[in-house]
Amino acid sequence: MQADNGRLKDQPKQETGLSQLAAQRWAGTPRARPNMLNYILRRVALLVPTIIGISICAFAFVRVLPGDPILAMAGQHGVTPERYEILREQFGYNLPIWQQYFNYLWSVMQGDFGISLATKRPVLTEFMTLFPATIELALSAMFLAVIIGIPAGIFAAVKRGSWFDQFTMGVALTGYSMPIFWWGLLLIIFFSGYLGWTPVSGRIALTFFLRPITGFMLIDTLLYGNWPAFVSALRHLILPAIVLGTIPLAVIARQTRSAMLEVLGEDYVRTAKAKGMSPNRVVNVHALRNALIPVVTTIGLQVGLLLGGAILTETIFTWPGIGKWMIDSISKRDYVVVQSGLLIIALIVMAVNLIVDLLYALINPRIRVQ
Amino acid sequence: MATTTPTVGTTKPVSGLREFWFYFSVNRGAVIGLTVFTILLFVAIFAPLIAPHLPDAQYRDALLKPPIWDANSDPRFILGTDPVGRDILSRLIHGARYSLFIGFFVVIGALVVGVLLGVLAGYFRGWVDALIMRIMDIILAFPPLLLALVLVAILGPGLFNAMIAIALVLQPHFARLVRAAVMAEKNREYVTAAKLSGAGHFRLMLITILPNCLGPLIVQATLSFSNAILEAAALGFLGMGAQPPTPEWGTMLASAREFILKAPWVVTFPGLAILITVLAINLIGDGLRDALDPKLKRS
Repeated sequence: MQADNGRLKDQPKQETGLSQLAAQRWAGTPRARPNMLNYILRRVALLVPTIIGISICAFAFVRVLPGDPILAMAGQHGVTPERYEILREQFGYNLPIWQQYFNYLWSVMQGDFGISLATKRPVLTEFMTLFPATIELALSAMFLAVIIGIPAGIFAAVKRGSWFDQFTMGVALTGYSMPIFWWGLLLIIFFSGYLGWTPVSGRIALTFFLRPITGFMLIDTLLYGNWPAFVSALRHLILPAIVLGTIPLAVIARQTRSAMLEVLGEDYVRTAKAKGMSPNRVVNVHALRNALIPVVTTIGLQVGLLLGGAILTETIFTWPGIGKWMIDSISKRDYVVVQSGLLIIALIVMAVNLIVDLLYALINPRIRVQ
Repeated sequence: MATTTPTVGTTKPVSGLREFWFYFSVNRGAVIGLTVFTILLFVAIFAPLIAPHLPDAQYRDALLKPPIWDANSDPRFILGTDPVGRDILSRLIHGARYSLFIGFFVVIGALVVGVLLGVLAGYFRGWVDALIMRIMDIILAFPPLLLALVLVAILGPGLFNAMIAIALVLQPHFARLVRAAVMAEKNREYVTAAKLSGAGHFRLMLITILPNCLGPLIVQATLSFSNAILEAAALGFLGMGAQPPTPEWGTMLASAREFILKAPWVVTFPGLAILITVLAINLIGDGLRDALDPKLKRS
């Protein structure tokens, strides 16, 4: 969705969510005086039922999808009734549903996520070849969002009420409300169609063929020392990165501004000012360090949500990543890919959220001291 | 959201409503948003009267006509026509009905389910809480658009199924919010007083506690409203939401994609309509947040 989605929904969550949640958890066990390890263990233990639930969901979704996996596998040629039975047995679809689930869980725990019905390749191999493309896109998007969003938020807060503040926050709210699939098309119309500066789709011009080393196009082209290929990869990356980065950029700018405003009103900032420190030092040292704590959380949460935004961005720019892979698999009814893809993506999102939570506890001295 | 104003009014004395309006109207953006939203609502309700043409009437003599400010335009079609000669303006006007309907339906669905689950979890705690919140965690672990896509694939593509899927994806946010608010309110004196005077669980949950959690809930509802519109448009764009020839804005964009370089206007206007609607609602949301909940104040 917008990845969307998931973006607005997290506005209140950011404020009521992690910080308070963490605080509640600490406050909940006053006598135990929990340490970091204890906290980590509890957080991880809490994930176990969720992971089991996710695997059940991914498994169940695919079982209730309309259509028959064997027929989907057979394709247009169809399959004889005898062969159908053999295949059913071979893939274990004749077993009771709970047994199928445990078989699935067992093979997943051994790292076997099944074989794609469409390409006949292992799902994990496909995922691993496509995932770097999504990571490269998501990291570039995040990079843009952070290097523009944080300074914009700081300036807006410092110059509160100025035309710059109003303008920036206006732009941020517009970005926040942006249907990114349309935004992508607009950028294509302008930069690719009208100006002819950027290519319309793909990761690199077809004239370049590089055997992947890291899977990250920008790094690979540099490793090969192929400068034209690097430029081509960069030109392919820029529009998708802008599109995917728009919403995180807006969220980060808004979050930085409000965190900064809150901190600028604190006593210690007033003290620092009263001591005669330069305004720059007050902002950059005293205020910014504290204001960035909630911003880091926001950034972390956005990383998880970028995976959702990648579906739209990758579809528009024909970017060969996992977002496009998932939507193609859904429309092709590639059950195995949908099932395991859902599971892998949910696990990644959970892992990122866990890291963000731990990072929050780690960098927030208030929680650490308690 | 124009409709939330009276809701707030009924839970507070008249001075409260006036106070709310005072804080809301200070925010210039919020007032602009409310004005735009009111106009959109008006357009949606009276769409058949306002639209110059029928949304699916095809004028075969005027395919892909540009908007009226272009030299090649056809004066009958202010914003031009699409590849099969349908008036874009009329389709946009009818599309407003779909988007606002989606917003209302999804928010009401997500609100009812989310509030119910949140109140149950926050009020009873224990295993009820653990069960409900773990289910919410599971839903939240999937990227919302991806989960909605899979749900629509299961239920079958279409506007109604898309709305159900989006409501399901959005409701955990309500549940979490309400749970936290209920837990905070539960041990206040007024709740104890109500309990002592013999109020049952049902009354305590829904009549005593819930109204005091309304502020953040209204803000969340506004945000979900704009989110629902965006997600429905995204599903429509991916071919899993409203199906053509429905004049839903996202679906219109999907069918216009191949013409983006040849006829940019068929792409520009539906997206602009989505952006304006969502922006208006988010402006209202910011205003509501400032007016209703001092703790959540943005600035």
